[in-house]
Amino acid sequence: MLTVKNLHASVGDKEILRGINLEVKAGEVHAIMGPNGSGKSTLASVLAGSEKFTVTSGEVTFLGEDLLPLSVEERARRGLFLGFQYPVEIPGVSMANFMKLAVNERRKYLGKEPVGAAEFLRMMREKSAVVELDSKLTSRSVNEGFSGGEKKKNEIFQMAMLEPELAILDETDSGLDIDALRIVATGVTKLHTDRNATIVITHYQRLLDYIVPDYVHVLYKGRIIYSGDKSLALRLEKEGYDWLINEYGE
Amino acid sequence: MKDNERDILDSLERSDYKYGFTSDIETELIRRGLDEEVIRTISEKKQEPEWMLEYRLKAYRHWLTMEEPKWAHLTIPPIDFQDIIYYASPKQKKALGSMDEVDPELRRTFDKLGIPLEEQKALAGVAVDAVLDSVSVKTTFRETLAEKGIIFCPISEAIREYPDLVKRYLGSVVSYADNFYAALNSAVFSDGSFCYIPKGVRCPMELSTYFRINAQGTGQFERTLIVADEGSYVSYLEGCTAPRRDENQLHAAVVEIVVERDAEVKYSTVQNWYPGDKDGNGGIYNFVTKRGLCRENAHLSWTQVETGSAITWKYPSCVLLGDNSVGEFYSVAMTNHFQQADTGTKMIHIGRNTRSRIVSKGISAGRSQNSYRGLVKIGPKAECARNYSQCDSLLIGDRCGAHTFPHIDSRNSTAVVEHEATTSKISEDQLMYCNQRGLSTEEAVGLIVNGYAKEVLSKLPMEFAIEAQKLLSISLEGSVG
Repeated sequence: MLTVKNLHASVGDKEILRGINLEVKAGEVHAIMGPNGSGKSTLASVLAGSEKFTVTSGEVTFLGEDLLPLSVEERARRGLFLGFQYPVEIPGVSMANFMKLAVNERRKYLGKEPVGAAEFLRMMREKSAVVELDSKLTSRSVNEGFSGGEKKKNEIFQMAMLEPELAILDETDSGLDIDALRIVATGVTKLHTDRNATIVITHYQRLLDYIVPDYVHVLYKGRIIYSGDKSLALRLEKEGYDWLINEYGE
Repeated sequence: MKDNERDILDSLERSDYKYGFTSDIETELIRRGLDEEVIRTISEKKQEPEWMLEYRLKAYRHWLTMEEPKWAHLTIPPIDFQDIIYYASPKQKKALGSMDEVDPELRRTFDKLGIPLEEQKALAGVAVDAVLDSVSVKTTFRETLAEKGIIFCPISEAIREYPDLVKRYLGSVVSYADNFYAALNSAVFSDGSFCYIPKGVRCPMELSTYFRINAQGTGQFERTLIVADEGSYVSYLEGCTAPRRDENQLHAAVVEIVVERDAEVKYSTVQNWYPGDKDGNGGIYNFVTKRGLCRENAHLSWTQVETGSAITWKYPSCVLLGDNSVGEFYSVAMTNHFQQADTGTKMIHIGRNTRSRIVSKGISAGRSQNSYRGLVKIGPKAECARNYSQCDSLLIGDRCGAHTFPHIDSRNSTAVVEHEATTSKISEDQLMYCNQRGLSTEEAVGLIVNGYAKEVLSKLPMEFAIEAQKLLSISLEGSVG
């Protein structure tokens, strides 16, 4: 589904990603961990197409298509979803209105008719239940006045609405209390099928108790220095990153 | 500046005015320039009584002593008032009995503008007094309104048929000596609307007038007079679009509203006159005087969405004369390319317990300049007067300007006056968020701008709000590369 080969990216003249290689197949869950400043969020942004970063070399293919020339919205319409670490507020724009535009852009790309009003409302109700998001929130402005937990639930709600092929969740667990974490993580699990894939970026093993990864990658100074299965996350939780850095870091 | 942002700006600057077409209708003109003879001709063509001619001449003589106001934050090219044709009316061979008799070309023009002058309006419950250039072409729903004693007709007709009402109220709120453009309007106004709601009557439908400037090089001087008698209610809609022109066109309208005791008037405007091209050539100059007078317990609410005109000079105001009267001003002013807008309101508190509320949302894009100018004046007798003002500015790009000039003049220590102001930009993070959900940057900007203006748009009557939303998006439209 997603193949990343030797990806380098920088902001200004500072190189942040220094040769990322990653292969994600349908049905898989990948966790990306690593110390602060290792480039995890940058990787997510670069895959989403953010223009804050310049890709200096490497290749990325998504569903058989060269991803790099595509704009942010073109990638989104093809089924690449980014769950933001800090979802922004858009005052005065209702969630319903926002989601309707987003859903219809995706449907248009897939060659489907725009969603009808009744079906859309049914979708909104059904999908907000996935993350136990108060349906009243969906009639409010995008993220405006939402608590930290509600904002993160709202990201997963949007993921549910858009049914992406690949979801990249950037520290979706940060700032969540124990109950919210369970709800968000369970929501993600419910959405997982053998036709889609998820990349979760996280600092903590506790998220992975719910979202069980097939692979765990450790990012350090812009490179994946080590990959393992879910047991790696448990070991990192206990021992930290030093042993890995000493052995595999530069 | 980021590439992304540059792209948006470029796309905004490529977006052109969508209603730029002209229609070929025979137009009857009088000679260029202005003197007493021209005023006599206008008055004669409109078959006006002597007192009206006298009023016009008085205004004209006063206008000669006045100078154009220079205080606004506007760069106005010199206007040659002798190079303007002050009267143009579509030529018609005979009086019209029904819609079928209206010039098909004219009807097509209205259709292109999306003005459903015909039966649809009946279903929508809107009576339309359509003004093309200077003469009202068609007035509908007159009978329905007449049953309630409501008068809604072209002002020229009102002058002939209801001289007592017109004489009593014309110039009572905006005197001919009020300002340069009001004086000019009083001297040469060609047409406009008159509306009278009798005591205790609630007007059963939204009243609306569409203005449209059509003949090249003719200024349009509309005059609107609305009188809501004691305890009555009316909601009045005014919408404007004008065809593309290379030559600058002057527009100096006057709107006077009298809100008698316990009456309520809502006046809503969507203004989308040709703003000039993306290099700043052409466009309408819009110098408007709008003012309402509120008696005891009266309520006047102005709502405006301004997206058009090369230059806008406009301050819909409320004189809160009666005790407990309420004035409101809700405004969205959007400027793009080289447009300039200096707009705002005046709330003059004279009576006790008078209240006013101002919500102004400025949106600047391109190289435009957008100013809010407001005056809140509390007179010495305005015990416990209350004002709340909120002035927000939204900047798109880094080549435009937003300015706020709030003036507060309070002569009564029991008054409470509040002013809040914010300036913001559409953030890259907001755009990225929308893009990531599959929205194009253009769509995202339209969405964010509409969200920003929502508080004001929600004050508009439903069908107008939808039109206004489209207008905001259209004015920012262009294809993003």
